[in-house]
Amino acid sequence: MSEAVKENSMLLQKQMIARNYEAITSKHETGRKVSSTFVPGNLNELLMCFGIVNNLPEINAIQNGMRKVSGSYIMEAEKGGHSEDVCTYVKADIGMMGKGSIAPNGKPFPDPDVLLLSYTGCYTFMKWFELLRAEYKCPTLMLHVPYEGDGHSTKNMRDYIVKQLKEVVIPGLEQVSGVKFDIDRLREYLRNSAKAEDDLVWCLEQGKHKPSPIDAYFGGVYYIGPIFTAFRGTTDAVEYYTELRKEVQARIDNKLGPLTPDGTSFNEQKYRLVVEGPPNWTNFREFWKMFYDEGAVVVASSYTKVGGMYDQGFRHDPDNPLESLADYCLGCYTNRNLPTRVDILAKYVEEYEADGLLINSIKSCNSFSAGQLMIMKEVERRTGKPGAFIETDLVDPRYFSAANIKNRLESYFQMIEQKRRGASKAA
Amino acid sequence: MQCFIGIDLGSTTTKAVVMDENCHVLGRGITNSRSNYDTAAAVSKQEALVDTRLTLFRRGLGAVPELAGSVDGILGDLERNFRHVQFLEQLDDLERTCVANIKGPRFVGREKAVAEVLAEVFTRLREHSAALFAPGAKRKSDFFRDLAGADFMQIGEVVCREAGMPFEMILNVYDKSIIEVENRPPAGDMEGKFLRALEKGGSLSDAIVRPVRDALAIPLEETYVVGTGYGRVRLPFPKEHIRSEILCHGLGAHMMYPDTRTVLDIGGQDTKGIQVDPAGIVENFQMNDRCAAGCGRYLGYIADEMNMGLHELGPLAMNSTKQVRINSTCTVFAGAELRDRLALGEKREDILAGLHRAIILRAMSILSRAGGVKDQFTFTGGVAKNEAAVRELRKLIKENYGDVQININPDSIYTGALGGATFAVRAVVN
Repeated sequence: MSEAVKENSMLLQKQMIARNYEAITSKHETGRKVSSTFVPGNLNELLMCFGIVNNLPEINAIQNGMRKVSGSYIMEAEKGGHSEDVCTYVKADIGMMGKGSIAPNGKPFPDPDVLLLSYTGCYTFMKWFELLRAEYKCPTLMLHVPYEGDGHSTKNMRDYIVKQLKEVVIPGLEQVSGVKFDIDRLREYLRNSAKAEDDLVWCLEQGKHKPSPIDAYFGGVYYIGPIFTAFRGTTDAVEYYTELRKEVQARIDNKLGPLTPDGTSFNEQKYRLVVEGPPNWTNFREFWKMFYDEGAVVVASSYTKVGGMYDQGFRHDPDNPLESLADYCLGCYTNRNLPTRVDILAKYVEEYEADGLLINSIKSCNSFSAGQLMIMKEVERRTGKPGAFIETDLVDPRYFSAANIKNRLESYFQMIEQKRRGASKAA
Repeated sequence: MQCFIGIDLGSTTTKAVVMDENCHVLGRGITNSRSNYDTAAAVSKQEALVDTRLTLFRRGLGAVPELAGSVDGILGDLERNFRHVQFLEQLDDLERTCVANIKGPRFVGREKAVAEVLAEVFTRLREHSAALFAPGAKRKSDFFRDLAGADFMQIGEVVCREAGMPFEMILNVYDKSIIEVENRPPAGDMEGKFLRALEKGGSLSDAIVRPVRDALAIPLEETYVVGTGYGRVRLPFPKEHIRSEILCHGLGAHMMYPDTRTVLDIGGQDTKGIQVDPAGIVENFQMNDRCAAGCGRYLGYIADEMNMGLHELGPLAMNSTKQVRINSTCTVFAGAELRDRLALGEKREDILAGLHRAIILRAMSILSRAGGVKDQFTFTGGVAKNEAAVRELRKLIKENYGDVQININPDSIYTGALGGATFAVRAVVN
C-alpha cells in the first residue's frame, strides 16, 4: 500500500505524538517523571499539574498494531504463559516488554515512576496493572470508579471519587513528583480542555450533514486522538481542534466528504452507518477501504466516546475541577450500562439519519463485547433500521479474516439497498 | 429468447440457474469448483444452458400429439447420447494433453512406449464409455474428472501390466493432464453436439427431429448474469452484477417457498441463518465466523477419517440406535474423538449420529443468533441432502420452536443461483 495521504491536523497530531514519545524516552536526561495510565477516565490534566509525562499502554498497543508489530509481541506474551483469550492490548504491551520495550521513536521506554489506574470499569485493566506493578515495582495509585449500573451517577459516587482524589491520588502524585498540587494550575488546564472539547463535539456533530464531511469511526479515531490521550488540557490540543474544525468547515463549504488514506475525497456516500465497538488496528486501512469502496460512511460511533461523552453535554469545568474529573470518569462510554448504550446508539441512528447500526465485536474483549448482540436487536427494534454484526480483534492480526468480514459487510450494504428499494423492486 | 442467469460459486461446487423473464426456471447446471472459478463458472453456465435446451425440447416434443407418453424416454435418450458425445470430446482432449505431457527426464528413451500404452488405454476408454452411457446405466458422478478418472485407474493398470510398464509412468502424465483439461473452458457448439446425439439415437421420425431442430434454432441470449458465492469477485462482470450470497439464498428460498421466513443454509465452509420478509428481502443474518466446524467440510473430513464416501455417512447414521455425544467446536478434535469412541467399542452408526447432531447444534446456535426460527423454515445447501442431518434438525427445531413447517427442496443446492437469476430478471424487468 502506498503512503497514506494526511491532512494538516493529522500531521499536527503526528508531531504531538512524536514530542510526547520523545518526552517519555528522554526522562533520564530531563529528570521528568513518567506515569502509565489508561485512556478511559484518564486524569491527564491532573498529571500535568505535577509535570508528569503521560504514557498510555493502550495507545502503544494501537501504535504497534498499526505498525504491524503487535503480532510478534502477542506471541511473545503467549510464550510467557498468557492465554490466547486474554485481551490483546494486554498481551501486546507485555510482549513489547519481553522484546526490549522499544518506543515508536526507536528509543527504549524507561520504566514508569507511577502507575495511575484511574478507571476500573474494565477489570482487565486492574489485572494488567498488577502485572505492570510486578514488573516495575513502582508506586501504584488506584482510583476506584463505581459502575453506572442504574444508568446514572449519584452525588454519592461523585463524592467518593473526589475523596479518593484528595486523599490518595493527589498526595500520591505529589510524593512521586515532589511537586505541590496547585488547584489553579488544574483550573487553567481544564479551561483548555473545555475549549478543545467544544471543538471536538462540533466536528463530530457535522456527521449529520449529507454528504458527511467526516468519517466518525475511521476518521474519528484521529479526531479523538489528542483529547483522549496525553494532550487534553494542553494548548497544543486547543490548536489541533481549531485546525480540525477549519478542515471540516472547508469540506462542508465545498460539499466534500472525508479524505480517505488514498487521498481522495469520499463524496459518493451511499450508506450512512452508526458503528459500535473499536476498530481493528492491524488491518486498519484494509478495513476502512471495505467501507468506502462500497460507499459506506460512518456518521456516528460509540468508540469515539470511550474517552469521554462530550457530545452528551459533559465538559471539564474549571469552576468545579475535582468534581468534573469525577464526572468525567463516571461518564465515559465504557462505564455506561447496556440500556444506556442502547439509548445512545438508537439516538445516533435517528439523529444522524443513519441506515443502521453495525457492531464490530472484539473477539478478545469479553467485558465490552458481552451483550452486543442484544444491543443490536434492541436498536433494530426501536429504529426499524437493519443492524449487522462482524467480529475482528484489536491488535491480534490472527483474528482478522478479510474474506469473512468483506462478505458480511457487502451483504449488509446490499441488504440496506434492497430494503430501500422496497418489496416491489427487490433487486 | 432472453435468458437470465444466476451463478453461485461455492467452495465445493459451482451452480448455475437459467430463467426466463417470468421467473420460470429453464435449466440448472452444476460442476465442481476446482481451484479455477473462471472455468467453474463457464462450465456450470454451459450445463445450465444444456439443461435449458432440454426444457425447450420437452416443450416442443410435448406439443406433438403422437409422442404423448414417450417424451421422457426420448429426452432421456437424447441427454444420455449428448453426454456421451460430450464425454468423448473431453476424452479426445485428455488424450491429446496426455501425449503432449510425455516429457521430462523420467520419460527419456521411453516416450514411444508410453505413447503406445496411452493410445491403447484411450481406445479402451472410448469403448468402455458406451457402457457408461448405455440406457439404464448408473453413473457415480456427472463430472468428467470422476468418470474418466475411475476408468483410467482401472483400465490403465491392466494395460500397463500387459505392456510390462509401471502404472506410475502414465499416472504421472494423467495427473498433470486432467488438471489442464478440467481447467480449460468447455468447447462450444452445443447445438452441433445435440444434433450428433440425435443421430446417435438411430433412425428417428420426423415428429421427433423437427421439434428438436426447431428448439435448437431458438437463440439463447444471455440477457443478464448475476454472480454470487465466495468466488464472485472472480466473475468477469461489473460490480452491479454481483450479489452477496446471503441475499441470493434469501431470495432463492423465497422463490421456492414464498412463505419462508427463516432460511438455514449449510454449505461446504459456512453456515448461514437468514431471516427474510414476505417479499424475500433479507432482514437479518448470522453466519459462522473464523471456524468452519459444523459445516459440510466437517462431514467431508469425518468421511475421510472413516474411509467412507461422503454420501454414505447419512444412511449409516440413520441405523443408529443410541446417540454418542461428540464435540462440535473443532473438526480435527471431532476426528480424534471419533477414534477414541471407536476404540471404546462404540458402533460406527451411533458415533455418526452424534456427529450429525453436533453439526446441527452449531446451526441451531447460529439460528438463535439470527433471531430464531419462524414459520416457514427452509433448509438449503449440500447438507440438506443428508437424511441424518435433516432428522436431527427436525428434532431440534421441534424441541426449540414447536411446530414449524420445514421445507427442503430436492434442488436446494441451487438456492443461491436461483436467487441470483431472480435478481437478474428483476434488474432488467423492473
